[in-house]
Amino acid sequence: MAQESDQTTGDRVASFVGAPVRVLFRLLETPLSAIQRGIGIKRMPWIFLLPNLVFFGLFVILPLFINFFYSLTGGTQLYLTDRPFIGTEQYGFLLDCETFADPQTCREDRFWKGIYNTMVFIFFQVSFMVLFSLITALILNREIRARGFFRAVFFFPVLLSPVVVALIWKWILLRDGILNAFLVSIGLDKILFFVSPEWSMFWAIFVSIWAHMGFYTLILLAGLQAIPPDLYEAAEMDGTSKERVFWRITLPLLWPNMLVVIVLALIKGVQIFDEVFVLTGGGPGTATQFIVQYIYNTGFTNQVQNFGLASAASVVLGVALFVLTMAQLAATRRKDDV
Amino acid sequence: MTGTIKARMGTGALALVLSAGAAFAQTELRMTWYNDGIEGEVMQVLLDRFEAENPDITVVLDVVPYKAIIEGLPVQLAAGEGPDLARVTDLGGLSQYYLDMTPYLGDTDYWTTSFGPFLKWLDPDGDAINGFMTQLTVTGPYVNKTLFEQAGVELPGDGATWDDYATAVKQVADALEIPIPMAWDRSGHRVSGPAIAMGAQMFDAEGNPALVDDGLKEMAQRLYDWHQDGTMSKELWGSVSGNTYLGANEDFANAQVVMYMSGSWQIPQFAETIGDAFDWWAVPAPCGPAACTGMPGGAALVALSGTEHPEEVSKLMDFLAQEEQLAEFYGETLFIPGHLGLAEGGVEFATDDPRAQHALETFAGAVPGISPVAFDLQGYASNRVMFNALISRLNEAIVGELTLDEAYARMTDDIEKALAEQAR
Repeated sequence: MAQESDQTTGDRVASFVGAPVRVLFRLLETPLSAIQRGIGIKRMPWIFLLPNLVFFGLFVILPLFINFFYSLTGGTQLYLTDRPFIGTEQYGFLLDCETFADPQTCREDRFWKGIYNTMVFIFFQVSFMVLFSLITALILNREIRARGFFRAVFFFPVLLSPVVVALIWKWILLRDGILNAFLVSIGLDKILFFVSPEWSMFWAIFVSIWAHMGFYTLILLAGLQAIPPDLYEAAEMDGTSKERVFWRITLPLLWPNMLVVIVLALIKGVQIFDEVFVLTGGGPGTATQFIVQYIYNTGFTNQVQNFGLASAASVVLGVALFVLTMAQLAATRRKDDV
Repeated sequence: MTGTIKARMGTGALALVLSAGAAFAQTELRMTWYNDGIEGEVMQVLLDRFEAENPDITVVLDVVPYKAIIEGLPVQLAAGEGPDLARVTDLGGLSQYYLDMTPYLGDTDYWTTSFGPFLKWLDPDGDAINGFMTQLTVTGPYVNKTLFEQAGVELPGDGATWDDYATAVKQVADALEIPIPMAWDRSGHRVSGPAIAMGAQMFDAEGNPALVDDGLKEMAQRLYDWHQDGTMSKELWGSVSGNTYLGANEDFANAQVVMYMSGSWQIPQFAETIGDAFDWWAVPAPCGPAACTGMPGGAALVALSGTEHPEEVSKLMDFLAQEEQLAEFYGETLFIPGHLGLAEGGVEFATDDPRAQHALETFAGAVPGISPVAFDLQGYASNRVMFNALISRLNEAIVGELTLDEAYARMTDDIEKALAEQAR
């Protein structure tokens, strides 16, 4: 009885809330019908996509082109129309190296240092991120106690802002931070983590993995749950060892998800900036200064704000990201084929 | 009854129209501001007073982090989207965006008499009146005198060199197990004073920037050595990259630093955060063979040319720049006056803390001894290009990425590249 009453109230609320939508649709019906008559039903999806395309074009595609044109200009003026055209000179500055393997021989040594640091970062970060995400997903896929709680625990850091993540870890790792207090309490010396290039890179990688692992674990967990259980049952009936089950059933069937995880982690790795910028400031020296920080410093923090050079560097970064995105698309296509 | 309602409605409508008219006549000015201490609160009191005298002008004080002044404001100004007024420290570097208030000011002589030399810092190539100094700053060191006393080490006296201080603070730190004997703000501006004391000239005979010379190398070598032998901790300079500013004020306030090279702007903060917890003592700028000098500098409140209300902005600036207002501002904030009359006549500072009073006397007393080279460098519009090249490359040498010679070459190269880009 009470339920009936609730439903009636619910229907009334829905009807009341839906009234403006109905009015809107009635208003749109006439012009949309007219458009459909004019262009035919096959072209109608473009009309529905148009608002999104306009926003995408204005805020993604157009800035891309503007950025490219900036990279062909020099000077410090902000407006493109005020800036002298210098062709590919900025790209020439970036590529002016005696030996590409040694950033110190390059005109823009910090650009190349940023590239090498980014490559080191993504090599270790992506490898360990995928490994730890896989292990965590495998554990969380098993019938363990408080599974829901642990799934939430691993996912929580993903919800935090990168700046918050970095500040939390900075407070832990500083000279008078919690970790050093712990080291002292067990009779060890304090470690100045941010003074050592190796420790700084280690913590930049560690914190990044800690912050993002939950997201990739979730993707792999979804992949694991999509593997048909009868395959495992058949393997068990055949007496197949657990290792063989993992290598011959789990991993091959999880591989499409793994590919997506690897490519997404690579793209995020190349874009790394905010967490590390707050955590280490790019230091010591330039030990954790990545390519995005180079772009930011060149374009914004110097008295002479070199927008042209920063734009050229971001075009180079954009090309790298484009290649990785294509790889992701290819990987996704293969996943769909599977 | 109907007549009464109509009359009331009519009166109400008339009141609405009149109040709307008044609202339309209201001019709103926006002032972008950052705080080192309590100066925002003091400025707000002055603005309230101005608004009471000028009911047709409202001033909104937008308090932002210092980083936004250094990095965000120049982009805003270049885009023509800046505020009407702003408190800036890149005095000459932003001069192209300043409003020349000369046509709007009643008594320009007052401005030139009161702020003469500092007006040049704001407009190095002209004679415009753009604003006034909210504080004059002088760089120099503070020591934790209590630690010296506890360690039984004598505080170096007048005429002491940087080497004398380095030896003394190391003794104090070793005796009392203090983690950081000496700390300097991570800033090219802070390094420049001691470098000039060592003989750095900063400019060549034609007046072009020439950062690297024997004087600068003398100071850079010392800084490098102090970081290697533990007199300075790599934690401050070594732990970030590029030209990122880092101060050791919190470490000094927590008695983790024996000697801290910073400047006069720390006085109000130390008076509040340290108080009488220990004797924080400003000492005269240590000497080198060429001089015993710090760097002058400061922050200025400037009118910006993008404003749609130049007359109102100038009216506000003229009000704030009057001796009565500035005496109150400098006195309450414990800032060294950037007003020549007040500097000469003295300001009654709102503190009975003997440490703060001593620091104010020490820094104010250091002004006459500041090297002309330091004044020239401060007045140079692109000085931050030099400061940034100095601090970022020296830092890369200190952490072992470059040799000092490579760092010197990179400093020169960075400055040349930046100035060439600016000149396009």
